[in-house]
Amino acid sequence: MSVAKPLPHDTAHLHVTGAARYVDDTPLPDTALHLAFGTSPKASGHITHLDLSAVHAAPDVVAVLVAKDLPFANDVSPSVHDEPLLADGAVHYVGQPIFLVIARSHLAARYAARQARIEIAESTPILSIEDALAANARFEDGPRIYARGDALALLQVADHRISGQFHIGGQEHFYLEGQAALALPGEDGDVHIVSSTQHPTEIQHKVADAIGLPMHAVRVETRRMGGGFGGKESQGNALAVACAVAARLTGVACKMRYDRDDDMIITGKRHDFRIDYDVGFDETGLITALDVRHYTRCGWAMDLSLPVADRAMLHADNGYFLPHVRIESHRLRTNTQSATAFRGFGGPQGMIGMERIVDHVAATLGLDPLSVREKNFYASGGDFSGTETADASDASVQTTPYGQPVQDFILDDLVTQLRRSADYDARRAAITDWNAANPVLKKGIALSPVKFGISFTLTHLNQAGALVHVYMDGSIHLNHGGTEMGQGLFQKVAQVAASRFGVPMDLVKITATDTAKVPNTSATAASSGSDLNGMAVKAACDTIRSRMVEHLSEMHQCHPDAVVFYDGRVQAGAGEYSFAEVAALCHQARISLSATGFYKTPDIQWDRIKGHGRPFYYFAYGAAVTEVVIDTLTGENRILRADILHDAGASLNPALDIGQIEGGYVQGAGWLTTEELVWDDSGALRTHAPSTYKIPACADRPDIFNVALWDGENHADTIYKSKAVGEPPLMLGISAFLALSDAAAACGPSYPDLHAPATGEAVLRAVKKARGDV
Amino acid sequence: MRTTFLLNGSEITADTTPTTTLLDWLRETQHLTGTKEGCNEGDCGACSVMVTDDSGACALNACILFMPQLAGKAVRTVEGMSAPDGTLHPVQQAMIDHHGSQCGFCTPGFIATMATAHLNGATDYDTQLAGNLCRCTGYAPIIRAAKAAEKAPVPDHVRDADLLCPLKIPGESARTGAEPPTTPEDLATWLNENPDGTLIAGATDVGLWVTKDFRDLGPVVFLNRIPDLAGITDNGDTIRIGTTTTLTELHSAIAPLHPGFAELIRRYGSQQVRNAATIGGNIANGSPIGDGPPALIALGATLHLRSVNGTRTMPLEDFFIAYGQQDRADNEFVEAITIPKQADHLRCYKLSKRFDQDISAVCGCLWIEQNDGVIATARLAFGGMAGTPMRAAKAEAALIGQPWTDTTVGAAMQAMAEDFTPLSDMRASAEYRMEVAQNMLLRAWLEDQGQAANVLEVQA
Repeated sequence: MSVAKPLPHDTAHLHVTGAARYVDDTPLPDTALHLAFGTSPKASGHITHLDLSAVHAAPDVVAVLVAKDLPFANDVSPSVHDEPLLADGAVHYVGQPIFLVIARSHLAARYAARQARIEIAESTPILSIEDALAANARFEDGPRIYARGDALALLQVADHRISGQFHIGGQEHFYLEGQAALALPGEDGDVHIVSSTQHPTEIQHKVADAIGLPMHAVRVETRRMGGGFGGKESQGNALAVACAVAARLTGVACKMRYDRDDDMIITGKRHDFRIDYDVGFDETGLITALDVRHYTRCGWAMDLSLPVADRAMLHADNGYFLPHVRIESHRLRTNTQSATAFRGFGGPQGMIGMERIVDHVAATLGLDPLSVREKNFYASGGDFSGTETADASDASVQTTPYGQPVQDFILDDLVTQLRRSADYDARRAAITDWNAANPVLKKGIALSPVKFGISFTLTHLNQAGALVHVYMDGSIHLNHGGTEMGQGLFQKVAQVAASRFGVPMDLVKITATDTAKVPNTSATAASSGSDLNGMAVKAACDTIRSRMVEHLSEMHQCHPDAVVFYDGRVQAGAGEYSFAEVAALCHQARISLSATGFYKTPDIQWDRIKGHGRPFYYFAYGAAVTEVVIDTLTGENRILRADILHDAGASLNPALDIGQIEGGYVQGAGWLTTEELVWDDSGALRTHAPSTYKIPACADRPDIFNVALWDGENHADTIYKSKAVGEPPLMLGISAFLALSDAAAACGPSYPDLHAPATGEAVLRAVKKARGDV
Repeated sequence: MRTTFLLNGSEITADTTPTTTLLDWLRETQHLTGTKEGCNEGDCGACSVMVTDDSGACALNACILFMPQLAGKAVRTVEGMSAPDGTLHPVQQAMIDHHGSQCGFCTPGFIATMATAHLNGATDYDTQLAGNLCRCTGYAPIIRAAKAAEKAPVPDHVRDADLLCPLKIPGESARTGAEPPTTPEDLATWLNENPDGTLIAGATDVGLWVTKDFRDLGPVVFLNRIPDLAGITDNGDTIRIGTTTTLTELHSAIAPLHPGFAELIRRYGSQQVRNAATIGGNIANGSPIGDGPPALIALGATLHLRSVNGTRTMPLEDFFIAYGQQDRADNEFVEAITIPKQADHLRCYKLSKRFDQDISAVCGCLWIEQNDGVIATARLAFGGMAGTPMRAAKAEAALIGQPWTDTTVGAAMQAMAEDFTPLSDMRASAEYRMEVAQNMLLRAWLEDQGQAANVLEVQA
């Protein structure tokens, strides 16, 4: 079988030769035009005068559009229609598109876009979480609250009680390929869009509305993205719509790609959070009551902020049973980029909030944080012999704050195994000795767990479709609704298809995601790609295979069970054929060799207002131990070693899964260390290029980096018992942050109160706090 | 403007504007779209190509490389890395086998840089690959791939040096079609006639004026045809560093003399940037946050300017008058720097958010020399603390004549607070800058007491 094999990425051979084609590499007719946005220089106000004469006069400019020139909907919002393509009078952040330049070259468009004279009557921008709270600027009427038990009362009687405030910075996606789209006009108003998007169906929908045609007039194709990480779930809408509108106007192909600075200034990023907490606990560190408040900076438009903030709440427990808990979430509106999806989708912020609380509890009691973690873990889910769903009435199964039974809990065993394999206890003792001998440099170590819920919390998104053709020569054309952004989804799904037909991988052709082949798809997001599309493809393949089986069993008068597909051969009773021969036989017998497949995740239901139900089909688990060193003179710091044990279920492809884990860890550690977004007092983003925004470079990966897969399978009935692996590993990087806090704590008696990102400056502040100097 | 060079082994003449970048030319006219644009400012490496000239092969960022800079050189892109029969280069095969690509967008740049390192036998991968950002893999599989390909022989087809000899076709000057200057005197004449002109050497800064700011450079002249401006010469008691000496060349020359400066240069930009950037450009652009000037000032460097009126010299620190203002007439250019040959007392401390390829928040270069138990010479030069690279005069005064003790250091740290009024920006706050600048002096003392004080030297 092809599943479980560590095959390389399906187009690795094209990546390494430069032959893999991205949107900007698509050959274009010579008549093609290029687009760029002119953007707002102010964070808040109304446009009083817009002088575009110099823009029109710039070389190679064909046309310049403003909001009133748009023929139909001026809307690129993925949620509540609050995001115009071009500002319609009001401006809401520095970088908001105001006008669209159509020019004969990318450079000409970019140059012209800078030539406008824009006058804006400014109003005071709301920039920070504190500004937004003071102005009561928020999405939804008031805070969302999920609660269980009576946390506030039990806090009053807790043996120990502490409170704190924790700041978590946002994160720029920094996909290496910037946003890009291309529109090719067809006949009768139709348009073909090539887009670097995680969500072709939404692009189709927004483009259709923008050109005043039904969705059937718009075909969206995505072969691959040069990285997505959530940043191409909704942020590609503007480019595709602009291209479609411009192509409709000019009748020629129109392409748009953001220059890197434009990309970082215009598009949304990970939400930054402030988390306030009050926690009660006993002398062993057992948490008896928790009141936690999330303050989420959403930016100017709603985008996906509500489900992001919801998911933060749903991960406020991480792996810990909280009998009395109150989680309050404020979704704040600010005059900054509209924060958007980013790998983990709020989960990382909720999770690190809880890990910070546990860290603070342990520091207060003078305990190893790991012992406090283990003390508070959910009870083990027990023995799973079947795949039956939860019995929520089973009192022995603990539930999350939102009422979902935690039946598949493995963190206790997983952490025990990692603790041993990473030699945690001996290393912690050695670090204590090392620190005693080193006054300038200090080491720290931390082990932190991950429990991440798998499924879209908007239940209807948990569906997928596939289209499979078997040609008469036995070659297989595979299509599904998922998009490839580097995660290896296409290869995993192709492995499923090859396994269903018992054929070698080279018979399976993976084709670009295409709204004309599989309609009404969900975004490739929420780590759901393989779970949903793998099952849909399996269904399509099984439909075709069962038709083949039926035909062969009739031909050979054998039981259908006697028809077996393996190694590119098909055994049918006494007959034996190549797969190609079977395809030809079926074709001659007038049997359809094309099928769609469909899948919807079972057993989930969720009320996001009440905060109760079973939003997740299952949980994915993992844990990491990170060792760091800090410099107490400057706060400079480095990751020395990371050991990871991660649960990918029965892996569809261990090589690709380990790739997700290594990459996710480094991306998560980057979020919490060097990646600092800085806005100035006027609301302008000052870190809008790799010269100023620092994602991890080669030497920032851990010197020693041990990654292993947990040996187990998914208890839920997923594709070949695998587990989703896209987002969860990002949160393994939290252990790097906690290790830095541990190192700072070695400098003095006080809690270091480290905030994220732990830049050198933040770490030095924490060192001084630990010493009691500030 | 016509430029003749080798592209993937074949001679080609490109006719472009002088500031057309190699990346745009490759992608838009040659339809070689394997080389990617990731940032258009030389900070991500997705556009890396291998460029070979008489001095060997190096990786460069094509996004800030102007076509005339390539005259007489050989360019090899990702499309030219596999053999003519399609056999993959060893680093390409290893990247597949070790799962070194995920989204694949950074991969062509990695391949170019890895193939260059492979050709040069360089195995210090953290340094070689510091200029290539990858957002997917976390780098571990890329390093595994690089190591796996290490022992494989270099394929003959990537050895462009062998093909260069017949290719000695000069480029043309941007303005007149005449021969570009080939001597410092010619350049002085050109600059006198074109006082609004722009001199282009490595283009790691000027490139961004074009790609990001759309600045009109006026008449331009490329300095790559003036041998007397390049290279490092030992004059007995001084060392002369020509203005177009690249940081890569400076690194090799300075390492045996001042290893602290060499380590600073190792962290200056990236391999691709150091292969292009020149020390003259680093000084002449007058940036307060360049890493070259603090080290050179601490070394007691002398700056040499030239114009049609002759040459002029000054201590390097005197060149920097104020932010954006240098002691240079419109018709003068930086010709060279000289540093005294002397026993090493230099320490360089670069502080940045990320260790590699990051602009310093503070760069402190300290020359502290003792004589008979007291400090005889102190040159404490800092970048990032003022509108120019600047010495900490009061802190120096607090050191001179004092014994090298914690008391002296403490007093000098206090005095330093009077020397500078740093700014807050996206790299660091003013308070943090001051504190770490002071602590750099403390670090120098602690190191002399035998304390481990460098996180880069610690292992798990």
